[in-house]
Amino acid sequence: MITDPYVTIKGLTFYRSGRRIFDELDVSFPRGKVTAIMGPSGTGKTTLLRLIGGQLVPEHGHVIVDGTRLDGLSRAQLFELRRRKMGMLFQTGALFTDLNVFDNIAFPLRVHTNLSESMIRDLVLMKLEAVGLRGARDLQPSELSGGMARRVALARSIAMDPEMIMYDEPFTGLDPISMAMIVKLIKGLNEALGLTSLLVSHDVEESCAIADYLCILSGGKVIGFDTPDALRQHGNAEVKQFLQGDADGPVAFHYPASDYRDDILQGVTRS
Amino acid sequence: MIRFVQRVGQHGVQTLTSLGRATVFFARSLLWGGPGSAGFGEFIKQIHALGVRSLSIVIVAGFFVGMVLALQGYSILVSFGSEAALGTMVALTLLRELGPVLTALLFAGRAGSALTAEIGLMKATDQLSAMEMMGVDPLKRVITPRLWAGIVAMPILAALFSVVGIWGGAFVAVDMIGIDDGAYWGNMQAAVVFYDDVIKGLIKSLVFGVVVTWIAVYQGFDAVPTAEGIGKSTTQTVVLSSLAVLGLDFVLTAAMLGGL
Repeated sequence: MITDPYVTIKGLTFYRSGRRIFDELDVSFPRGKVTAIMGPSGTGKTTLLRLIGGQLVPEHGHVIVDGTRLDGLSRAQLFELRRRKMGMLFQTGALFTDLNVFDNIAFPLRVHTNLSESMIRDLVLMKLEAVGLRGARDLQPSELSGGMARRVALARSIAMDPEMIMYDEPFTGLDPISMAMIVKLIKGLNEALGLTSLLVSHDVEESCAIADYLCILSGGKVIGFDTPDALRQHGNAEVKQFLQGDADGPVAFHYPASDYRDDILQGVTRS
Repeated sequence: MIRFVQRVGQHGVQTLTSLGRATVFFARSLLWGGPGSAGFGEFIKQIHALGVRSLSIVIVAGFFVGMVLALQGYSILVSFGSEAALGTMVALTLLRELGPVLTALLFAGRAGSALTAEIGLMKATDQLSAMEMMGVDPLKRVITPRLWAGIVAMPILAALFSVVGIWGGAFVAVDMIGIDDGAYWGNMQAAVVFYDDVIKGLIKSLVFGVVVTWIAVYQGFDAVPTAEGIGKSTTQTVVLSSLAVLGLDFVLTAAMLGGL
């Protein structure tokens, strides 16, 4: 279905604390599109982002980013690949607390380039203007609201003009206005810069509004990968339950237990 | 019984693995250079954070330890009529033992715990992960300058502790008790040997600096990224550093004196 994947995952198996998170996972993410990775809590959505970023190493299988297999890279090559191709927006924003807004965005530029300070200033102001926070350049991270911190972090993650951005739960804990701003920014950046965007989120409505594709994970496998409309119409029962937010369905409301009647009566016979 | 042996074995393997990880971590962080490596400015900033900010506690503690040493020493020496040797006693005790050891303990409590908490918090708030994703190696950017700053700052702090302690001793011995200042300083000068006392003391403090800073940065980097995890790691830093300093002090003293 996907003709030009930017990220390809083949036969990936990953364990954490003895628990299998992914089992022979195969999935590809298309170039230049927004793909929302969704699924119940604990299915390893954030873990998948960290595997794609090379921060975690799978037991088996490969992660291929823009034609480069991550498992064949040295430490230095992996850092170089991240620098050139990837950006990541963390749920907390992950701003450096000892630097102000301006210096946070200038950080990757100062570390990786030999640009003059005036050039860096121009670039930082351009990125800040893109997220609407040019006026907040002198604030400290502690002075920012949650939504502002996330916008600053977004500006920082595009500072080096990456080819792909991974968003880890970008809408969590935001008020409706901040959330709308982030939704608009993600869509706008994708369109303006042609970025490949991977978005991990629980917010079905917001994700469907901006995602070209939805990738639904459950039990370590992909249970649905298609456009939001197609999945709503033709997805299997579990996908539909997730997208509609039903309390009961293939994912049962009740935790597995013995028969209710027997359980209650057992107490009566004992006494 | 089998379960007991199993548990001991498991604990042993875990300790060894952890030691191995800490050693690789140390070797990697010791070398400058690499993706996004920190510059000299960052090193100076850390010298300020670890060294300069520990100055007050080290100087105050040094002065009081020197004063107490002089008081205690006088009460012992006076019964032998050898109070003129007080300066020698104060200086040798500080240079050989108390300077390096007490400074290392204070350094672990003041700078080591702060280092662990800072790095642990950076980890918990994803700042280290964010660096990695920007193509910046947090080992080279965050750990290397802090490790070197600790290694450089510790011997200087220990030397200052000893100097201030000797002054504190002189304040009590000469100004308060009234021992002849010529005897205090003269006997000290005659008895203290530069290599055997000063240099060997500095070597000790250098080793303590390496160990304490290593433990502190590793505990921070390896902390479980939760409030509870950081608290635990900070405590571990102080406990492990203190035990390591006291244990190593014996080993180093035995090796340097060659008495065993």
